[in-house]
Amino acid sequence: MDARRGPLPVPKVRRVGFFTSIEPSPESPRPNRTLSGPAEAITSSSPLSDSPSGQFISPVQIPPSRHRSENLASRAAPVPVPGPSAFRLQLAHDRALHVGSYNPADSLLGTSPPSSNGEVSEDSGSLFGFQRSDSAKLSASFPNGGFDMTMAVRAPRESEARVAIASTSDKKKKNVEASGESESVATKPRKEKETKSLKDKTSKAERRAIQEAQRAAKAAAKGEGSKRAGDSGRAKPSKAAKQPQPKKEVPQVTSSVSEKRSAAVEKERRMDVPQTQMQYDDKSRVDKAKRRSVVEQTESKNKVELFLHLPQYERGNQLPNLSSNIFTLDTIHHAVYKVGLQHLAGDISGDNARCIAMLQAFQEAINDYTTPPMKDLTMDLTAKINGYVSFLIECRPLSMSMGNAIRFLKNQIRKLPVDLSESEAKASLCSEIGRFIDEKIVLADKVIVQHAVTKIREGEVLLTYGFSCVVEMILLYAHEIGRKFRVVIVDSRPNLEGQKLLRRLVARGLDCTYTHINAVSYIMGEVTRVFLGASSIFSNGTLYSKVGTACVAMVANAFSVPVIVCCEAYKFHERVLLDSICSNELGDPDAIANVPLRTNAKHSKTMDNNKNLQFLNLMYDSTPAEYISMIVTDYGMIPPTSIPVIVREYRREDLLL
Amino acid sequence: MWRRSASFILDERRRTSNSPPMADNNTTRAPFQNPDAISAYYQTRAAHHGVITSDWLAQAQAAVGGVSGEEYPDSSVAETGKEKTFNVIEEFNGWRKQPDLAEAVAAIRALAAVIRASEASTMMELEIELKKASDTLKSWDKTSISLTAGCDLFIRYVTRTSALEYEDFNSAKSRLLERAEKFGEISCKARKIIAMLSQDFIFDGCTILVHGLSRVVLEILKTAAQNNKLFRVLCTEGRPDGTGVLLSNELSKLDIPVKLLLDSAVAYSMDEVDMVFVGADGVVESGGIINMMGTYQIALVAHSMNKPVYVAAESYKFARLYPLDQKDMAPALRPIEFGVKIPEKVEVERSARDYTPPRYLTLLFTDLGVLSPSVVSDELIQLYL
Repeated sequence: MDARRGPLPVPKVRRVGFFTSIEPSPESPRPNRTLSGPAEAITSSSPLSDSPSGQFISPVQIPPSRHRSENLASRAAPVPVPGPSAFRLQLAHDRALHVGSYNPADSLLGTSPPSSNGEVSEDSGSLFGFQRSDSAKLSASFPNGGFDMTMAVRAPRESEARVAIASTSDKKKKNVEASGESESVATKPRKEKETKSLKDKTSKAERRAIQEAQRAAKAAAKGEGSKRAGDSGRAKPSKAAKQPQPKKEVPQVTSSVSEKRSAAVEKERRMDVPQTQMQYDDKSRVDKAKRRSVVEQTESKNKVELFLHLPQYERGNQLPNLSSNIFTLDTIHHAVYKVGLQHLAGDISGDNARCIAMLQAFQEAINDYTTPPMKDLTMDLTAKINGYVSFLIECRPLSMSMGNAIRFLKNQIRKLPVDLSESEAKASLCSEIGRFIDEKIVLADKVIVQHAVTKIREGEVLLTYGFSCVVEMILLYAHEIGRKFRVVIVDSRPNLEGQKLLRRLVARGLDCTYTHINAVSYIMGEVTRVFLGASSIFSNGTLYSKVGTACVAMVANAFSVPVIVCCEAYKFHERVLLDSICSNELGDPDAIANVPLRTNAKHSKTMDNNKNLQFLNLMYDSTPAEYISMIVTDYGMIPPTSIPVIVREYRREDLLL
Repeated sequence: MWRRSASFILDERRRTSNSPPMADNNTTRAPFQNPDAISAYYQTRAAHHGVITSDWLAQAQAAVGGVSGEEYPDSSVAETGKEKTFNVIEEFNGWRKQPDLAEAVAAIRALAAVIRASEASTMMELEIELKKASDTLKSWDKTSISLTAGCDLFIRYVTRTSALEYEDFNSAKSRLLERAEKFGEISCKARKIIAMLSQDFIFDGCTILVHGLSRVVLEILKTAAQNNKLFRVLCTEGRPDGTGVLLSNELSKLDIPVKLLLDSAVAYSMDEVDMVFVGADGVVESGGIINMMGTYQIALVAHSMNKPVYVAAESYKFARLYPLDQKDMAPALRPIEFGVKIPEKVEVERSARDYTPPRYLTLLFTDLGVLSPSVVSDELIQLYL
């Protein structure tokens, strides 16, 4: 078994970002736990230190990702699997093993001592079905938070569903192929539905979220259905597949409620078949079917294991596709469509700008909205907005602040008095949105500038990272009122946003120094204050901001330079964030690989085909609260420990759900 | 650190060559500002400390007339009731003379007198008058944090009554006065409450290090002695005011074993200390404190030796300030006697206070309860916003 397992390059996916040594040493003592789980586990002192995957994973202890847990679940079924899929099974075994070292929910390892991150350790001895639902629930809360924003939940689920359908169409195409292959693909979507139905039983809110998701998906499918007519070739199967999706899913959900018992049995039978690993990539895979055999290999290498739960990025083919269909998509309002394209193309970046653009597009859309006959404005408009939001998510994942703004808007819609006429309701909504932009963003920025300027003394050296419009305003204002200070702008590839800031500051006559993040430890010695922008701040004070911020804050902390974060209060989020993995956004991997001015085509080609190389372009990272000295917000200057107070005291009226 | 860097040196050289030294000529004074740069707050404290013995206290209170807190100097009100210009500063200074009365409480009393003496006929007018009075008070001594905070809190507390709009002016005014009195009362009681709260933390046989002469800390120790706790106190000398000498004098009268230390002997004796007690001039938004020079140092030593640092502070000292480092506040200067002649060219650090960041503090004893430093901000947000 070991001999067979040796050549498989399975654990490779996990190396990017954490490990540089590539070769999985074939003679490494990988515990043969598939055969003798408990005994092996007992003899080996620590499963984590033994398995290579444990080593890979150890720098960052993370909970199992969604796909992982499902994979594991499938592995754990007691029914033996017939021959044809043996190789698959082997592969899955292998993968499951690597995961197993940090996932106690793996029932093959059920009796083995839980690994060091024993977060689910109490589950390890329990019934399998129970575990499964549990892990499903657990995983549901990972990628975009099952707690709150329904639209955030919808994003992965929808694409998941699409992936599922994509693979069904796959099956149709290759139904003459080996049974193991097709079976593995086919069972996946159904299993997903099982997860969902299980989830349904557990919570009402989630059920509602799913229904909403379906409604939105239906709307989207309708929209894309019309566009499909003009479309031919590769994109067709996926679009076609999208349509039946809601229909299929609904009966599943309802039936599972009634026939819980039989479903469980059925589920167990299905579980023994391994499933394909990636889910988000398949969406694009269908589009790229021509290049499939070659590209898929490299692409799947490019999907970094820890970040599989994130929506995968494929900017290349989405933008032309969307922009060519601009006149055929009638369910999406043109203003929203425009904003979506701008997000996708990166024309609008920066959280505030994106949020304002989105809100203004919604304003326009609401203005043009008319309630269809026999429908309720509150319900229909919410559904409409949901559709817009899911479209925007497809273009680019929402930032936390946008999520907050959408929640505000939906709440406003919900709070509309029933006796209001349509035009009045629309007017009030539009003015509420305008008020939100004015109060929470524009005015808040002014207040922040006033506060922050008191912290800039004569002769100081201020450091800022990347581009934040609030920080820019602060620096310009301080310069305007005659403070003498120097600015150090730290920048990083691939976006080089700092250059924009640099250009604007130098044009206004500020004394600037521009450097890249590599030099931050050198330059920090002469800095007296660090000003940072934020994408979001979480309840535990964790700052979620552009990737590299954590590095700057930590270096500043090491030099005991105060770190001041400037953030509007509408970006505060009541969730808690502990690492940068659970919630993040993947950028274009090519942006890292390609260095401008050094376009060596041959060079990049070798990089593309290299199996041992994956590119990880993260957009955000999280900075723990202890590296932040102060947060300047529209409620004044507060320590990071006071975020929950602001969220509790001042957001209740806006965002009560 | 940045002073070593090349760019700083360059900047410095450029600055010194270009601009004339702008040491003292940039002080534009507010009309009611303290005449000299010396911090009035710390002068008052020094004056009080210089004489604060219990027998003197009794005398002083007899001289000021009546029990402190019951009566207000009616002469000023009688005079100013007629004339238009009621001087808050005089009123304030009148209250401030009472050595046992905290500065913030004095300010609160003075502001209450403003309401009483006011001839305003509308609520709006009264509020504006009150605001103006508190502004003059604040600008009179900018170095005193508790004065500023006390004024702000008073205005918050007094004017934030929803019922005001619906009443006629006179009853509204009397309600304001009522609230003002109540606020003054609460502030007066704060010290007792803190002393009660802190008793759980003093255990038999413990050794307490005290820095500075805080009236709250003295009250705590007094209460502990009354409760028959067995403990020992180490007092720092507290140069240049000699606060430790005075405190040890007071404590020895209460039969508490006291040992006097040099300010520089804190680290030396920290291993025998079980807890550190300090007062505070102001508690800032981050949860850190501003206190007499040397507190930061002691907190650092205590932190590195894992000894708890407890701060006793009344809630009217909570201020909406957020210093990021030591130099981030307006310096409160005071004269320092060295006993010998200091050459002209030698600079003397004359600042009277320092800032202790919250991570070096364990708990704050306040009249709102025993708080961890991070809760201070929560309380402030709820008080002010």
